[in-house]
Amino acid sequence: MLNGTEDEEKWLAEGIAGIQHNAFYMHRALDSNNLREALKYSAQMLSELRTSKLSPHKYYELYMRAFDELKRLELFFKDDSKHGVSVVDLYELVQHAGNILPRLYLLCTVGSIYIKSKEAPAKEVLKDLVEMCRGVQHPIRGLFLRSYLAQISRDKLPDIGSEYEGDADTVMDAVDFVLQNFTEMNKLWVRMQHQGPGGVREKREKERSELQDLVGKNLHVLSQIEGVDLEMYKETVLPRVLEQVVNCKDDLAQYYLMDCIIQVFPDEYHLQTLETLLGACPQLQPTVDVKTVLSRLMDRLSNYAASSTDVLPEFLQVEAFSKLSNAIGKVIEAQLDMPAVGAITLYVSLLTFTLRVHPDRLDHVDQVLGACVKKLSNIPKLEDSRAMKQVVALLSAPLEKYNDIVTALTLSNYPRVMDHLDIGTNKLMAMVIIQSIMKNNSCISTADKVEVLFELIKGLIKDIDGADVDELDEEDFKEEQNSVARLIHMLYNDEPEEMLKIICIVRKHTMVGGPKRLPFTVSSLVFSALRLLRQLQGQEGDIVGEEASMTPNKIFQLLTQIIESLSAVPSPELALRLYLQCAEAANGCDIEHVAYEFFTQAFLLYEEEIADSKAQVTAIHLIIGTLQRMNVFGVENRDTLTHKATGYSARLLKKADQCRAVYACSHLFWVDDQDGIKDGERVLLCLKRALRIANAAQQMANVARGSGGPVSLFVEILNKYIYFFEKGNKQITSSAIQGLIELINTEMQSDSTNPDSVADAFLASTLRYIQFQKQKGGVMGEKFESIKL
Amino acid sequence: MNFLIGAFKPACNISITFSDGKSRKQVPMKKENGKTIMVSLFQSKESIAGKVSIEPLQGKKIEHLGVKVELLGQIEMYFDRGNFYDFTSLVRELDVPGDIYERKTYPFEFSTVEMPYETYNGANLRLRYVLKVTVSRNYGGSIVEYQDFIVRNYSPPPSINNSIKMEVGIEDCLHIEFEYNKSKYHLKDVIIGKIYFLLVRIKIKNMDLEIRRRESTGSGANTHVETETLAKFELMDGAPVRGESIPIRLFLSPYELTPTYRNINNKFSVKYYLNLVLVDEEDRRYFKQQEIAIYRQQDS
Repeated sequence: MLNGTEDEEKWLAEGIAGIQHNAFYMHRALDSNNLREALKYSAQMLSELRTSKLSPHKYYELYMRAFDELKRLELFFKDDSKHGVSVVDLYELVQHAGNILPRLYLLCTVGSIYIKSKEAPAKEVLKDLVEMCRGVQHPIRGLFLRSYLAQISRDKLPDIGSEYEGDADTVMDAVDFVLQNFTEMNKLWVRMQHQGPGGVREKREKERSELQDLVGKNLHVLSQIEGVDLEMYKETVLPRVLEQVVNCKDDLAQYYLMDCIIQVFPDEYHLQTLETLLGACPQLQPTVDVKTVLSRLMDRLSNYAASSTDVLPEFLQVEAFSKLSNAIGKVIEAQLDMPAVGAITLYVSLLTFTLRVHPDRLDHVDQVLGACVKKLSNIPKLEDSRAMKQVVALLSAPLEKYNDIVTALTLSNYPRVMDHLDIGTNKLMAMVIIQSIMKNNSCISTADKVEVLFELIKGLIKDIDGADVDELDEEDFKEEQNSVARLIHMLYNDEPEEMLKIICIVRKHTMVGGPKRLPFTVSSLVFSALRLLRQLQGQEGDIVGEEASMTPNKIFQLLTQIIESLSAVPSPELALRLYLQCAEAANGCDIEHVAYEFFTQAFLLYEEEIADSKAQVTAIHLIIGTLQRMNVFGVENRDTLTHKATGYSARLLKKADQCRAVYACSHLFWVDDQDGIKDGERVLLCLKRALRIANAAQQMANVARGSGGPVSLFVEILNKYIYFFEKGNKQITSSAIQGLIELINTEMQSDSTNPDSVADAFLASTLRYIQFQKQKGGVMGEKFESIKL
Repeated sequence: MNFLIGAFKPACNISITFSDGKSRKQVPMKKENGKTIMVSLFQSKESIAGKVSIEPLQGKKIEHLGVKVELLGQIEMYFDRGNFYDFTSLVRELDVPGDIYERKTYPFEFSTVEMPYETYNGANLRLRYVLKVTVSRNYGGSIVEYQDFIVRNYSPPPSINNSIKMEVGIEDCLHIEFEYNKSKYHLKDVIIGKIYFLLVRIKIKNMDLEIRRRESTGSGANTHVETETLAKFELMDGAPVRGESIPIRLFLSPYELTPTYRNINNKFSVKYYLNLVLVDEEDRRYFKQQEIAIYRQQDS
């Protein structure tokens, strides 16, 4: 069959030519009202349809040509003034044709007129036609003939309210007729698989699927019959259709027809006949894609349930869930070799269904998940990516529905399902869960739930055995870990005790995360703990000491441990910041030794771990800032710490950095609080030292580059002077400020200095400030009076 | 040859007319030369009356030895050309010997004639009824004129008319059961029935129902049998499977059938058969033949 299609084209062309040729003579006969000739040529024309050489597709083309011609013939038959033969006689006359196919086409054509004439009851004629059509047993020819019959009879069924309605129970006749035609067509369609010219199975299946709508059309007609009410559907239509479906034992037909039934009949019918419909599923051939069928059914029912709340009681009444659930179980049981994706798809559909129909029945959800776990546990390793996707869909569905992870956490089977995901998907799912929490701002408030939650998202929390670390995308990883960090903030309980438990659980989980994850999670955890601390303070001090587990000291110990874990990373900068945060918290709790300890840790880190000069600058400023706010320390401790800090400042690498750090240190000796330390002398010392450094920087710049260094340093120092001057530091005099201003002016005018607009503006606004203070008058005005600009 | 025609032209024109010829039903009859003419239709035990008129050619007189009219029922075998068997022969003398000078008309009547057999035109024989007028002469030979007419006899519906039902088959290959609603059909009847497939192991292409006519003439060693297929009616297209039941509805009216004739005058029989033929994809034919009786029913 090298040029099979070519041949087919040729045969089709021949067939069309034959039809046209005979149609021409038929038209001539019609025009001259010659019935005998008309019958002769129409029969010859229809004989072209007797070909066996065409594929369904091409045959259809031929059929349509003949169909159009038959319409003209029908008009002629209808008008008995033209041919003078009564319709009854005509009905006999066309049966004289020797060949069966033309004979039956003509019979159907006249039959339709016979019904219209109402000279015989519609049901009799229909019955006769559908019976006579048995003579064509060739699948394709039979299908098209019967489809012609269905076509011409569609508007002539003795339906309720139809003009062809007979005396009693004629809907039944209409239904019987359509059912019979359907049954016969389906038989022919199924037979196609086993008959006809040999060929590859796939080709035949393709050909058959081209014809499926011819068969399905009958079901559509059935659904359109007015008189098919629920009762009739339940008692007659569905059982008979299903009987045919089941008995035909053909996978293609079973799949298509089941789907067809689901699609063409109304939802409430399905609901009321669920048992029957589902009962047919396990009886289908094992190769039938039952899962898609069931999925579609459940989707339809879900949509139906969603369409209106009025219908929900119906669902309850018929126990739709348990029926569906049973059916699915049976199908999965029966079809052992159904791929995992199939089974899971079914569960997803069932889950969607129950979520829509019984949103209040969490047990249903859990039941579905449980069933899924059972199925999954029989599969050693889920590797099918489509199956994975379905599992994700399965797990996402409850999250979307309830907008609340808390609900999902109560589902005992939820984590068990997650266990069956591969690492990547597991992570993905974990992200979905976290995103859901974020989106809905849900607060996870008990330790148990947190435990479950972290069990769920363990894919993100730690390396799982066998994971290929190299494949990790850096950005994805950051995104994931940031999400985990954010999640930690969502865990909250007003009860400190519970909160502590939560923190401990989180710590337990996060500590195993390894050096890459810790920097992300530890800070969240630390701040979470610090929040607990504040919470504890907020609740009066009476709890303190009463319960051993809940002292701030305990929490601080915990904090220390948490931060220490960072040493493994190592991430000294982060650890330093956290220590400082903790120190500040300890300050808030008024626990000096703890605060001191944290500072010690911070300093140690600074000394031992932070080598980068930039990082040092940042760190030293942080240290100074924090230390400045500490009020818990006694003189001795404070001196030690400030001394250290000042010392570090002076040992920074760059002069400018040194200078800035040193003048920042000045604040350590002047805390603008009521009982803050106010050591004017040491402030001045710091500032002078800063000035010296600035000078040195200037000179170094001159030497090195032949141009002036940063004037801005001087301006910055000037600002410090002004600050302390305003604050009433007696050591800072107006003359000192005066001198500094002059110094700056000189520096700026020296030709070696590069003009620096930023420094200029800075100076200008500083001077403007002084001017402003002078003009303001009052105490401050007097103070500034002596400064000459 | 014109003079010859003139020479052998009969000396007179003889015409035979039936007295109720205008009202009597006329039916077509095929002549030997293939032409169809309309002739009067009679049935057994009718009286056949009419007139014979003899008109001599202008200015001629006919001397004759008598004029008679005969009613003949003949069976003519084609393979035995010229061999007539008259199974009926009735004579009416119309005139005593004498001369005819001008047109002369003789009425005649055969009352209540027994005509048990029907006019029949078969493959190997024909059965005809004819009126023969003979003007006997001494010289120049007798002048003879014929007038055909057709006889059809009607039968009442048979009191017993069983259906034909039979199961046939080839072992492990094809088993069918067929049923025809009657065993006796009238000429305008409809054959209703069905074929039920009990077992199908061959690839059937189609199935036809044939109506076959079996005409046998002669007897003993001289029997000639001629079988004709008068109808070939497709019952089924394509291959059925086990359990299929195919309907039969065959109208007999379009076909040129006659009633079944059994041993007519010991000369011939005409029988009809329904032949059910199944053709498989290798064009092998499987068939089963069943005789049916056909009778003529009075039109109501």
